[in-house]
Amino acid sequence: MISTETDILRAAEDWVRGGRGVAIATVVETWGSAPRPVGSHLVIDGDGNFLGSVSGGCVEGAVVAEAADVIADGKARMLEFGVADETAWQVGLSCGGRIKVYVEKVN
Amino acid sequence: MVELSTLAALNEERQARRAAVLVSDLASGNQRLVKQDAIPGDPLAELLERQLRSGKSGMIEAEGTSYFLTVQAPHPRVVVTGAVHISQAMAPMARALDLDLIVIDPRTAFATPERFPEVTLLAEWPEEALPRIGLDAYTAFVALTHDPKIDDPGLVAALRSDCFYVGALGSRKTHGRRLERLTEAGFDETAMGRIHAPIGLDIGAVSPAEIALAILAEIVATLRGPRRKPV
Repeated sequence: MISTETDILRAAEDWVRGGRGVAIATVVETWGSAPRPVGSHLVIDGDGNFLGSVSGGCVEGAVVAEAADVIADGKARMLEFGVADETAWQVGLSCGGRIKVYVEKVN
Repeated sequence: MVELSTLAALNEERQARRAAVLVSDLASGNQRLVKQDAIPGDPLAELLERQLRSGKSGMIEAEGTSYFLTVQAPHPRVVVTGAVHISQAMAPMARALDLDLIVIDPRTAFATPERFPEVTLLAEWPEEALPRIGLDAYTAFVALTHDPKIDDPGLVAALRSDCFYVGALGSRKTHGRRLERLTEAGFDETAMGRIHAPIGLDIGAVSPAEIALAILAEIVATLRGPRRKPV
């Protein structure tokens, strides 16, 4: 839903203008059954507040954690998530798909 | 790294219902925003246009470099003259398709909230309502009243705009008379050729719901572009 994604980018702009450190995470590629389409955004601030979603809840925690580093050092990162390995308690997608998420800071 | 100014420009285009594409070279982090008017002159024009047409963001390859295109297309909407049976049937279908529906009809007996729950309903003449709404390249216009007093001003406004779809209900005879009036109003054949009439995909629609389906299917086909060309 394009409209919703853009409302999230509006929030990102407002957060930055409000003096917060902000990172934007974007789903840039998906393989197999992925919960959220390419172009979906998650907006994260320095305190770990977030809006939107990149996976419907499966990997948001890991993305938020990475975003803290992105906000701290300003370097963009490409994250990749695959199928969840439940026995290892690893973060992943239970639906069996794979996604690539690009996380960048708003300057 | 996205610059705040780029993000703000993207949001501004969105607010103004204009399309834009954010081109990101993910390897270098370089980014640029290409606004709707600048797309035809862009080095990646063809790829940007194709991506914009799909309405979806995505990765592309151009001359050995991969770019991520963040597509921002205004939300498509359908503006209808005629608070009639067909537009009533259209309302839940448009909602399911994520199309915003605006119904205009100055006849207050037709334009009642009871007949059109959860629809933007304007009990006004199109001459008053349309300039305020602003018809643009992401708007479809559909004339459904059968009454030239209401449909014609709507069609005139639609033909003067960039509407991606213009359709008018009526028999071939009715449409013939409509074309005569539009010719008198100064429209040439190319302009009038934009009007889909008979309206809707030819699925043999009979009931109001079937006609609504045929019209919405034609609108979606026009918006997304056909995947299979008719032989």
